[in-house]
Amino acid sequence: MVAKEKFRVCPDTGFKVFQHTENLIKANAVVAVVFLLIGGLFGLLVALTRWQAIHLLPADLFYLALTAHGADVLLFWIIFFEVAVLYFAGSVLLNVRIAAPRFAWGAFILMLVGALMANVAVLQGESSVMFTSYVPMQAAPHFYLGLILFAVGALVAMFVFFGTLVVAKQEKTYEGSIPLVTFGGVVAAIIAVYTIASGAIILIPTLLWSLGYIAEIDSVMYKLVWWGMGHSSQQINVAAQVSIWYAIAAMVLGAKPLSEKVSRGAFLLYILFLQLASAHHLLVEPGISSEWKVFNTSYALYLAVLGSMIHGMSIPGAVEAAQRRRGYTQGMFGWLRKAPWGNPAFSGMAMSVLLFGILGGITGVVLGTEQLNLIMHNTLYVPGHFHGTVVAGTTLAFMAITYLVVPLIFRKEIIWPRIAQWQPYLFGLGVAGISVFMMGAGTLGVSRRHWDMTFSDAALNFDVPPAAFLMMGLNGISAVIASIGGVMFILVIVATLLFGKDRAEDACKTNPVILPDGGAVVATSGSEGVLKLPGTIALVSVFFLAFVLYYFVNWKYLSEVWPLS
Amino acid sequence: MALTPPENKHWWREPLHRMEIGWITIAFLWGLMMFGVMIYWHINGEQNLSNEAYRVDPETYGEKVEAFAEKYTVRTEGKNDTPVVKPPPGSDVYMLGRLWEWWPILELKKDQTYRLHLSSMDWQHGWSLQPTNINIQVHPKYEMVMTLKPTKSGEFGVVCNEFCGVGHHTMLGKIYVVDK
Repeated sequence: MVAKEKFRVCPDTGFKVFQHTENLIKANAVVAVVFLLIGGLFGLLVALTRWQAIHLLPADLFYLALTAHGADVLLFWIIFFEVAVLYFAGSVLLNVRIAAPRFAWGAFILMLVGALMANVAVLQGESSVMFTSYVPMQAAPHFYLGLILFAVGALVAMFVFFGTLVVAKQEKTYEGSIPLVTFGGVVAAIIAVYTIASGAIILIPTLLWSLGYIAEIDSVMYKLVWWGMGHSSQQINVAAQVSIWYAIAAMVLGAKPLSEKVSRGAFLLYILFLQLASAHHLLVEPGISSEWKVFNTSYALYLAVLGSMIHGMSIPGAVEAAQRRRGYTQGMFGWLRKAPWGNPAFSGMAMSVLLFGILGGITGVVLGTEQLNLIMHNTLYVPGHFHGTVVAGTTLAFMAITYLVVPLIFRKEIIWPRIAQWQPYLFGLGVAGISVFMMGAGTLGVSRRHWDMTFSDAALNFDVPPAAFLMMGLNGISAVIASIGGVMFILVIVATLLFGKDRAEDACKTNPVILPDGGAVVATSGSEGVLKLPGTIALVSVFFLAFVLYYFVNWKYLSEVWPLS
Repeated sequence: MALTPPENKHWWREPLHRMEIGWITIAFLWGLMMFGVMIYWHINGEQNLSNEAYRVDPETYGEKVEAFAEKYTVRTEGKNDTPVVKPPPGSDVYMLGRLWEWWPILELKKDQTYRLHLSSMDWQHGWSLQPTNINIQVHPKYEMVMTLKPTKSGEFGVVCNEFCGVGHHTMLGKIYVVDK
């Protein structure tokens, strides 16, 4: 056995926090936030360039900024933060030391070096190939190498997490089954392993090709395997973010899952079916049969969508049940009105659930329908959709949990609670705007990844509909609002870490960030007839109706375009 | 609580709440329905992407397109004197994508069908017919063939919507649809 590692007992939660765990969570979370800042800044530049009235950057810098934006926020911010979440879900929640801390630090350094290398490659200007780097367009070798190092580092971090679970099991630091949030973390990590493996499988030959050792890489095959990483990695986010929803509901309201069986079953559906989503990116490609497309794009029979729809019920359901137990039983939505809307962890979580479901989820299913993809592929509808998932969903959820991580792990009191209180609303509003207006522009046919929708330098001419310019202006304004929200987040967090008051040992009584004796207020779950959740039933009914309507409206649009077969 | 091990060690034996069973059933059936709609559209819908594609090397494809253009050119247009090609209805028509143009310009007749061939001479491009909003990915070395029937007359732009380098935003093509 390893020598006993130092730990402290968290006075707020009673969890053991081991020293390595604490430092690793801090390091990964801080680096994540730095990449959020850098990537977010590039995103703002992109939005201000696409706002035709401002048209900020010249073409080459625009494509450079767009490449950097994708890599920094979609890969580096999110995966660094996910590693921090996994160390929390493994080591803290199971009260166990982290397995192989040296490997965990090695993973951190590899990821950091890789991320920096890729950034340098992009900033040098020879690798403006977009985040997707579709062959046969070629980037500098160190662009691919940076991504590979990052991926290998992330893979090592996943195995440290798995190792931590094994240690906890052996040392019997918990009884029965692992907590739901840890379970969600396991799901995220399993998806991460095959995701990262896909990335390595395609990027290693691509690196060799860029160095001249391999003559050719088939462009369709590249997309198939690359999206095995690119899309499936978004499902790591989904699993991590759903776990965070459960965690925040538990910490802030003492909410329990309505049914462990249902929630875990829904997570399992992710593992089994999410990786088929590579097909979403191949729906209008040559050389792939419709049978393959239909089966894969629907995650078999929409079974992964089923998983998300289940969480979409069980999260608000858990919140409603917890609130009703605490006495907020007035009418259908009394529990919702009395929810802690001034707590940024809760409001961020609530908006993440809402925006992810409606802006990200519904549009994702529509976009991923074989024939409907014809009227949306590579238009701005696509980034409109995924800003609804990755930014309004994942990023907002990560921000929300940060408001709990900082007092509990970093032991600092949030320095400007008023700013923190408004931050999720502002960010959520901005991102919702980005998502909606980009989808609007996409519906009008505006292309994504495109510097000039006026085509002023082109040999031929083409006029996009005037409404599209309005959409891009509104998108720019939304991006400014979201940026202000993002900057508020970073300011509050950084200032808190640097200048914030240390959190006192007895702060759990004087200034609780989590509900005292959280779980105890909620009775056992899953007992037939005990729970009446009319509010949740109403909410999911509205969601379902919107889903069905929007789905068929798009078929109507499709039926109006030129027949083709 | 979601942060602690389930209180009931045998959590998988807990009965499901009626609301949960109801929602899972609805969501599952909706998934089946959406799966069915895609298949239904293949049988009864008019907008389905062709499965016909061939391997082709860019040079061969380029020669085919040039021969096609030479045969049916009716005029030229734009700064680069791009040929406007008017092929007979029902025939095979060709367009190629290259840095940075869609070539040649096509002139088609309304309500007639054509077999459209698409491929790229270099990188990937996105064939985006506007304002109709039909979007198809075009790869080098793959020749995709689809049957297309313009149902509206007028001037249509073909935008490139797959990033293809620093001149990407200048890549345009055109299709005219005429009544006669």
